[in-house]
Amino acid sequence: MTSAPDAPPPHRSWYKRNEIAVTPWLFLVPGVAMFLVYVIFPIFQSFNISMQEWDGLGAPEYVGLRNYRELWDDPAFYTSLRNNLLWLLLYLLAIPAGLFIALFLNQTVTGIRLYKSLFFFPFVISQVVVGLVFTWFYDPTFGLLNTILGWVGLGPVNVLGDPTYVTYGIIAAGLWPQTAYCMILYLTGLNAVDPEQVEAARLDGARGWKMLWYVIIPQLKPATFIAFVVTIIGALRSFDLISIMTNGGPFGESRVLSFYMFEVALSEYGFRMGYGAAIAVVLFLIMLCFIAYFLWSMYKEQKAR
Amino acid sequence: MFPTPIARTSRAWQVSYQSLLPVALILWLLPLIAVALFSVKPAADFAGGNYWNMPSAFAGVENYGKVFLDSDMPRYLLNSILITVPTVIGCVALSAMTGFALGIYRFRANLLVFFMFVAGNFVPFQILMVPVRDLTLNMGLYNTKTGLVLFHIAFQTGFCTLFMRNFIRALPFELIEAARVEGIAEWRIFWFIVLPLMRPAIAALAVLIFTFIWNDYFWAVVLTQGAESQPVTAGITSFNAQYRAAYHLMSAGSIVAALPPVAMFFLMQKHFIAGLTLGAVK
Repeated sequence: MTSAPDAPPPHRSWYKRNEIAVTPWLFLVPGVAMFLVYVIFPIFQSFNISMQEWDGLGAPEYVGLRNYRELWDDPAFYTSLRNNLLWLLLYLLAIPAGLFIALFLNQTVTGIRLYKSLFFFPFVISQVVVGLVFTWFYDPTFGLLNTILGWVGLGPVNVLGDPTYVTYGIIAAGLWPQTAYCMILYLTGLNAVDPEQVEAARLDGARGWKMLWYVIIPQLKPATFIAFVVTIIGALRSFDLISIMTNGGPFGESRVLSFYMFEVALSEYGFRMGYGAAIAVVLFLIMLCFIAYFLWSMYKEQKAR
Repeated sequence: MFPTPIARTSRAWQVSYQSLLPVALILWLLPLIAVALFSVKPAADFAGGNYWNMPSAFAGVENYGKVFLDSDMPRYLLNSILITVPTVIGCVALSAMTGFALGIYRFRANLLVFFMFVAGNFVPFQILMVPVRDLTLNMGLYNTKTGLVLFHIAFQTGFCTLFMRNFIRALPFELIEAARVEGIAEWRIFWFIVLPLMRPAIAALAVLIFTFIWNDYFWAVVLTQGAESQPVTAGITSFNAQYRAAYHLMSAGSIVAALPPVAMFFLMQKHFIAGLTLGAVK
């Protein structure tokens, strides 16, 4: 390093001599300590608690893998797992939808900046409010959806009261802000697309879909990666909408793992911390596949620099 | 530019694009427009089944007045501010330091510590629920704003560190080398050289974290209960229970709860988008 002089003067303190090596750790300590206590350790504690039967107050009892055994036979767990997969799959629609809107808005006409901000609007609003807004939107007696369906002669659909539609209805509500997020990512990405390449491709006769697929989308790769990451995380974190819109119902059909975990551990259905933690572990293992992939991609990129 | 700039296309498409824009926007924001409309309708409209026609009278003042004067809403809003602002300050302070350490220094554990932050930030945070709630209870901070703030600071530090570190990496390293040659102490380099350059990153993070924390619902439900410490996202459910089926009031309440981050976004739009789209461009 540059700061080490050739002949160190004799009476320098230990800190002065090791300043470059010590300073980063001094700066890291508060942040790392907080993060370890509140995030990293609790992940491992969850593994531990999942082997216990514990009501959160009394003494925990070690039960080995019994909670997992119980999960294996729990139909509510499979419903939640299936819904989580649905969320993961359908939530990804936010990426093409966001790209589509971004392409639509990537123009320079008067007022386009305001249009872009207003299209982004749903992302800024809390999911609680999005949930409320969509609950009313779907309402079978006066909701806008059924009012519109009524105009074209279709019967009222109670989206949130019907076990077959409920998860799709909630995912649609979630797609609204998520699409806005992907849109803003792609708008930024489109801004940085190399205009010379586009012009060159145009001269070569590339147009429309061909241009999009072979010239534009490859250049949007960083934006797509981030959109993918945030969408996957968003899908696995889905909780607020379910809690607000249906509270897991009807008949528990709209639960996902994070919601079911909350229900068994903290709601009036009982304080089964161990069972909740076991669900948390399953959710974590699903996420781990993605985390490993994300970190691997980032690591490769770091190496390439 | 892709798609083809509108100015270079046919007149017909130019006109249809211009007219398509507002239509698309209205469709996109339809659910929200409906709520805004609800919030200025008088109660009589709902009783009379007039949901979707124009309001029979403008009752916005009355409805919003009720939200502010006749409910716990101001209390919840104040709680939200008291939770959000310290969290923003804490996160920015911690992550400026961690970002500096990971962005400037090359040491063996660097990438490891960095990836710890990144990986932790990707975790679906619900899995931390049982241990974090237990920890908060044991510290005697359950149902306090402090308990909530501490957790938020810790968790958001993951994202903020990622952000700050990448930002600092992009700064010209020669500046730091020059300072070291001058014999300036490392902490002074942080305080007098790097921190002033980080202003845009700090602004971007501040608005982002403000929005994330204001909009948090899960942790508010897990770590607090009751009007003395719950933020507005959790409070809105009690508010709705109080005014069950009073759609004009529930709509007004929702809009009040959603407004502060919206205002923040429109005021600090440039920073907000710069923060969200970090890394979307090479």
